[in-house]
Amino acid sequence: MSTAALTHAPDDNAHDDHHHDPGFWQKWVFSTDHKMIGIQYGTTGLAFLMFGFMLMMVMRWQLAHPGEAVPYIGGLLQAIFGSSAFQPDAKGIPGVLTADGYNSFGAMHGTIMVFFGIVPVAFAAFGNFVVPLQIGAIDMTFPRINMASFWCFFISCIFMCVSFFVPGGAAKSGWTSYPPLSGIADSGALNHFFMNGQTLWVTGMVFNITASLLGSVNFIATIIQLRAPGMTWMRLPFFVWAQFVTAFLLLLAFPPLEAAGVMQLMDRAFGTSFFMPTGLIVNGAATHWSGGGSPILWQHLFWFLAHPEVYVLILPGIGMVAEIIACNTRKPLYGYKAMVGAIFVLGFLSFIVWAHHMYMTGMGAKVSGFFQVTTVMISVPSVILVTALMLSLWGGSIRFTMPMLFATAFLPMFGIGGLTGIPLAFNAVDLYLHDTYYVIGHFHYVVAPGTIFAIFAGVYHWYPKATGRMLNEFLGRLHFWGSLIFINGIFFPMFLQGMAGVHRRWFDGGVTYEQIIKPVIHWNNFMSVSAFLLGAAQIPFIINFCWSIWNGRKASDNPWDATTVEWDTPTPPPHGNFTKEITVHRGPYEYSVPGADKDFTPQTEAPKSDKAHLAAPLVAAPAH
Amino acid sequence: MQIPHEVTARPDTGLYNAKLGIWLFLASEVMLFGGLFSAYIFLRMGAEDGYWPHGLLNVPVGAGNTAILIASSVTVVLAWASLKMRKFSQYKLWMGISILCGALFLIVKLAYEWPQKFEHFGAFIKKDAIEHYEKYLGNHHLKEKGLPPRVEISGHLHEVEIAADPAEKEKLEVFLKQHDLEAKPDEHDAKLQIVCSEKKDKDGKREGIRPGVAEDLEKVPGVKLIAFELGLDPINAAPDNPESDKPHFLYKGPTETPGKIERKDVEFYSSFAPKHSSYFAVYFTITGLHGLHVLAGVLIMLYFWLPIEGGANMFKRNPEHLANRVEVVGLFWHFVDLVWIFVFPIFYLL
Repeated sequence: MSTAALTHAPDDNAHDDHHHDPGFWQKWVFSTDHKMIGIQYGTTGLAFLMFGFMLMMVMRWQLAHPGEAVPYIGGLLQAIFGSSAFQPDAKGIPGVLTADGYNSFGAMHGTIMVFFGIVPVAFAAFGNFVVPLQIGAIDMTFPRINMASFWCFFISCIFMCVSFFVPGGAAKSGWTSYPPLSGIADSGALNHFFMNGQTLWVTGMVFNITASLLGSVNFIATIIQLRAPGMTWMRLPFFVWAQFVTAFLLLLAFPPLEAAGVMQLMDRAFGTSFFMPTGLIVNGAATHWSGGGSPILWQHLFWFLAHPEVYVLILPGIGMVAEIIACNTRKPLYGYKAMVGAIFVLGFLSFIVWAHHMYMTGMGAKVSGFFQVTTVMISVPSVILVTALMLSLWGGSIRFTMPMLFATAFLPMFGIGGLTGIPLAFNAVDLYLHDTYYVIGHFHYVVAPGTIFAIFAGVYHWYPKATGRMLNEFLGRLHFWGSLIFINGIFFPMFLQGMAGVHRRWFDGGVTYEQIIKPVIHWNNFMSVSAFLLGAAQIPFIINFCWSIWNGRKASDNPWDATTVEWDTPTPPPHGNFTKEITVHRGPYEYSVPGADKDFTPQTEAPKSDKAHLAAPLVAAPAH
Repeated sequence: MQIPHEVTARPDTGLYNAKLGIWLFLASEVMLFGGLFSAYIFLRMGAEDGYWPHGLLNVPVGAGNTAILIASSVTVVLAWASLKMRKFSQYKLWMGISILCGALFLIVKLAYEWPQKFEHFGAFIKKDAIEHYEKYLGNHHLKEKGLPPRVEISGHLHEVEIAADPAEKEKLEVFLKQHDLEAKPDEHDAKLQIVCSEKKDKDGKREGIRPGVAEDLEKVPGVKLIAFELGLDPINAAPDNPESDKPHFLYKGPTETPGKIERKDVEFYSSFAPKHSSYFAVYFTITGLHGLHVLAGVLIMLYFWLPIEGGANMFKRNPEHLANRVEVVGLFWHFVDLVWIFVFPIFYLL
């Protein structure tokens, strides 16, 4: 592995690698370059985040104005999504979201945001783009598997999009897809056995899971095998650690859901009853399943993935925030080693907390007790991470650049999300709060102003490296302040509503139960207005993102004066990444080192003193 | 551009990339099959008495397939060792045998074990009607011995008795013609007795009606199923025989002993297809997924065996790289073998 893209090892003439310019398709579409795949994942994921958010805005209109047609675009929505999702109102104005349509939008909002928005952006996009650069690798270990991962993901995206346009509309059994509801939905003689919302959902998920398995094998292998000489484990930037643990979570937690997905597919397409109980009566008629299955089995398999998935959503975010905080406070991370330890403990514990989502199933006091204890335990490493990040701010000369604004806002927002989760860990409290807006508020604080803010921070931080241009500062600030204010306007009232007992599945905003929830129902309007304004606050970002690709201020190779290796490449990095041999000589966060000539010392900078041999790479990994 | 450590190991990890990759992949595979096996445990624990069948699979055939897979695991190691010793013709031989073993396993599965299930008929009797079928079920006998009751009557479906609405006769006739079924009218006009003759052997003897066809027949407008006539499985032909208390080691197919079940007494019937019961659902899902893994293994081994670029031709150019590739597919193959070592006892023996 000498200079970028130049050597041609003798043992590999299986595929011709003579360095000719790849054609359009190979460069932009079927690329095996980790940076291009990262960008593909990122743009697809951001588009899905936008789409999922739009679904939610339609739902929020319905919650604030139940039974009223969506203004301005109601007719268009009805034309696009069909009569199962939208109906004309009493006066014949088209565009009233139906109950089925609401369920469908809700289920798809959750699915899209989690599996098609945040994971592809936070894990796949940033991981692909940044991790090989940060460890000084020329690419991922398995570039073709990397490409297969993206295209597998792309197929799953097609399945999800198509599912909106089949008779009956997209999946409507929640993103959790609980049976027997998900077994019954759109099944039976009147529906196509495959081209229906729920079956397409399950098939799409199987592809999505396969994509993330391919990706996670690649990430782990890359981090273990392709670290540059001198890049020892404890010199890895924290973001790499976060991605490493996340990849393990995906690798080991996703397969049981794949198994469950295959089983649900069998239930729906071949009439088995893995999840269908005996003697199920629907609409007064016995169903066609043989019975003997267990709906609880699905819940176990689902949450065995979906709880680690929560950490899949948040850990890359924490990793990005750690990078950005260290860079913008101009001082090392506080407690780097403790953070690395905490993230491993967190990763391990996340596998044994899943059934706290299932207190309501009546598992029994002993089982609930076990999961209550592990759930409370997992807050310890989480608090270590957030506390270390908070303490990293202490005594720093903070530069409030765009990434830093989002990273700073991340801390209290994620803090609210985490702290409001603690009551839910307790069995007795959860029985009351289960399935209320309190839960929605809790996990949205974790993933929306938490992870999505971290994603924005990451976009502002690494955009110059990817495109060679800076994002516009003014538009960025507009985006930040709008997002921060309105996102709280949406999610904070949810705690109030939830504690008053507003159920998360009411499609009419609680009008039917108005007598019970009278003191809090008026918040619906406030939250919905906040949601629309939050949508408006994204417009500067979209403009900024597209406009700056060609018109932004030109970025230097290291615009943030950062220490990690990804800034030691040309901007944007060429195929093969580095123009020189990378050897790492020091830890990731050598900012403001006393006695150094500048306030940051890149990891690749060789020590000047005569004590050079002490700082020399501990493990030299030769090219072959 | 050359990714480092594609062929030679990285000194501090001692692994080349693909070896680490395959171990990680296998870790995820363990979780995948772990999910399925835990579904097996969950469903079996939750099954009501009599709803988890025993002795329906052919143990000697399954044991034979087990032996074939284990043998192929040995030969794939020998193939890898031959490459390490740079003995090409030995490699071709051992790898060839491994491929043949894998293919043989699949043939047994697809040509014998699976299709048989789709011909076999089983009907779960409604709880309130179980007493009427005592002569097939032998529950009094089982109760005396402290064994779980039987709720299913199975065997070879010979005939289906139906009542057809004369007004809708045409649709029925189209269906019968399509499926090559013979209809024998009853004395009563309104009733048609269908005798199936889907397949005839050399003597013109009727082979019975496939359960799937019976299900479709029930969906024809104006048709009402009255009863099933079948050649009973040994367990239902002689339910009180103590020999039937436990599953047989040697599988015995349906007998010619006739049995008749009224449709109204049947809770659920079908062939031994995945939808028949939790047992067959999980059986087909796990063996199906395992079969896909075997198929993938065979195809990849074939790729390394054939004289093509990236396959056996690599021997001349870079034998170590080929040996690595064989080692990686070998690891995968051992895993596939290992899964079967779990599949065999839980479905065939327990």
